Amino acid sequence: MKIKSADLWFKKAAAILALSAAALVILLVCSMAYYALPAIRKFGLHFLHTSTWDPVKEIFGALPFIYGTVISSALALLMALPVSLGIAVYLAELAPCCLREPLSFLIELLAAIPSVVYGLWGIFFLAPFLRETVQPFLFRYFGFLPLFQGEFYGVGMLSAAIILSIMIIPTISSISREVFLTVPSAQREAALALGATRWETIRLAVLGYARSGVLGAVILGLGRALGETMAVTMVIGNRPEISGSLFAPAYTMASVIANEFSEATTDLYLSALIEIGFILFFVTLIINIAARALIWRVSAKIKAK
Amino acid sequence: MEAEIKVSNLYAYFGSICALRGINISIKEKVVTAVIGPSGCGKSTFIRCINRLHEVVPEAKLSGEVLLGGKDIYSADADPILIRRKIGMVFQRPNPFPALSIYDNVAAGLKLNGIKRKNDLDGIVERSLKMSALWGEVKDKLNASGVSLSGGQQQRLCIARALAVAPEVILFDEPCSALDPISTGKIEELLFQLKKNYTIIIVTHNMQQAARVSDYTAFFLLGELVEFDKTQDIFTKPKDNRTEDYITGRFG
Ligand SMILES: Nc1ncnc2c1ncn2[C@@H]1O[C@H](COP(=O)(O)OP(=O)(O)OP(=O)(O)O)[C@@H](O)[C@H]1O
Ligand SMILES: [Mg+2]
Repeated sequence: MKIKSADLWFKKAAAILALSAAALVILLVCSMAYYALPAIRKFGLHFLHTSTWDPVKEIFGALPFIYGTVISSALALLMALPVSLGIAVYLAELAPCCLREPLSFLIELLAAIPSVVYGLWGIFFLAPFLRETVQPFLFRYFGFLPLFQGEFYGVGMLSAAIILSIMIIPTISSISREVFLTVPSAQREAALALGATRWETIRLAVLGYARSGVLGAVILGLGRALGETMAVTMVIGNRPEISGSLFAPAYTMASVIANEFSEATTDLYLSALIEIGFILFFVTLIINIAARALIWRVSAKIKAK
Repeated sequence: MEAEIKVSNLYAYFGSICALRGINISIKEKVVTAVIGPSGCGKSTFIRCINRLHEVVPEAKLSGEVLLGGKDIYSADADPILIRRKIGMVFQRPNPFPALSIYDNVAAGLKLNGIKRKNDLDGIVERSLKMSALWGEVKDKLNASGVSLSGGQQQRLCIARALAVAPEVILFDEPCSALDPISTGKIEELLFQLKKNYTIIIVTHNMQQAARVSDYTAFFLLGELVEFDKTQDIFTKPKDNRTEDYITGRFG
């Protein structure tokens, strides 16, 4: 009797806690929507696809920020994924045993560095390095592509994407490494017994088995990149323009909120910034849902059909 | 004489544990050799020494000589990858690749060998699945995942995967421990077919199975080879008391 009622209480308490988490999210969405209402009323859908950001005339279009966030994160992911997978494969499969633990620890340490430190490093080292070495090189050899044209500022989309990729590499690689370590040795032996080389074994047994877990790692990395504020603000150049060139300065949703919130003097300005926050929330939500669905599909395919 | 296996003075270790102590055995080609013995006596370790899989276990060591068709597979210039391509293996627990379809599981080894033409692959995949008695059950869902099958079906899939690459020797580590009597019967039939062309070593806990399918039987105990002879002789007139105790079930 007693056990049963304790069980019941536990169930109720857990349910209440779970519901309150959901309630918090709803509260967040509602209050953001409330404060963003003036901007939503004034600009409607124009807010999403126009590029003028003029606080003086009070005309606000958020497209450059959406563009900046999505592109910088996508580029960061593009650069970080191969590197992270390489690191994870090395740490889980190839590195000599005595190196594995210290190196893994070092990588995890990278994830713990505050983003403002990355930003400083970006300003004092990365941006000048890009301006003086990398950008002239890219322009010289790949300058026929619009991607690599324009002034060499150093700060801009390219440096933001690089900083972001450096920031998400530890996340993706350390989670991937852990996923690789869960691959049963029977899988590796199955590949080896077929006469697979070391690389073929990794491809056939390890990457195949671990792919939904790696996808999870990628999503976490992407989530971090989308919401990253400080480091990006310090190196992206903060100019609300859409440019086809990676050298050009850009702006992200998180950066504009952080930069301009204290200066937003009028209600409409403030409301426009809050609407950007609202959009950022939704972009992250959609990407997470899409990724979750992808994982779910992959693992469902593995489980049964 | 291509696929004859001669093992001399084989010692295998896991760290400081000695799992095989001085095995000497000569396995004839194109016959079925059964390996029997109580759990933990080193049967799996023995067959994993034959395809150089023992060495992939961390801390595992070995000494001695294993000749395949007269060549020492542990000599310095022997390539473990090429050796494993000649020696197929079916494991104690089914281990299909979960990310691959049924078709791709069977074709995995072929693709490693550079066979990529769809026509070639289709033919070999179908033939291998038929040999492992799985074709009828999966021919309509070759694109389903390999792990969507039942345990016994997965094991037959693994057998097809090993057969597809046409090795010279096939090692079976208790292939039927997860199978029902009907599939077991099918696998035993398959062994009869296979021994025309392949050298087969099968580990089994099932005395009847050893008696049914094998021509020769090796009895292992505590890491040593106690007795090795024609299956008929092992089961009717064993020379060693310990063998007799084991096959008559007097052994713990
Ligand atoms: N990975 C390992 N690490 C350490 N010791 C091991 C390992 N694998 C096997 N051993 C030891 O080696 C000995 C032989 O093991 P093996 O797996 O060859 O036995 P087996 O005859 O196949 O048994 P079973 O019939 O249960 O499969 C056992 O004593 C076991 O404890
Ligand atoms: Mg075993």
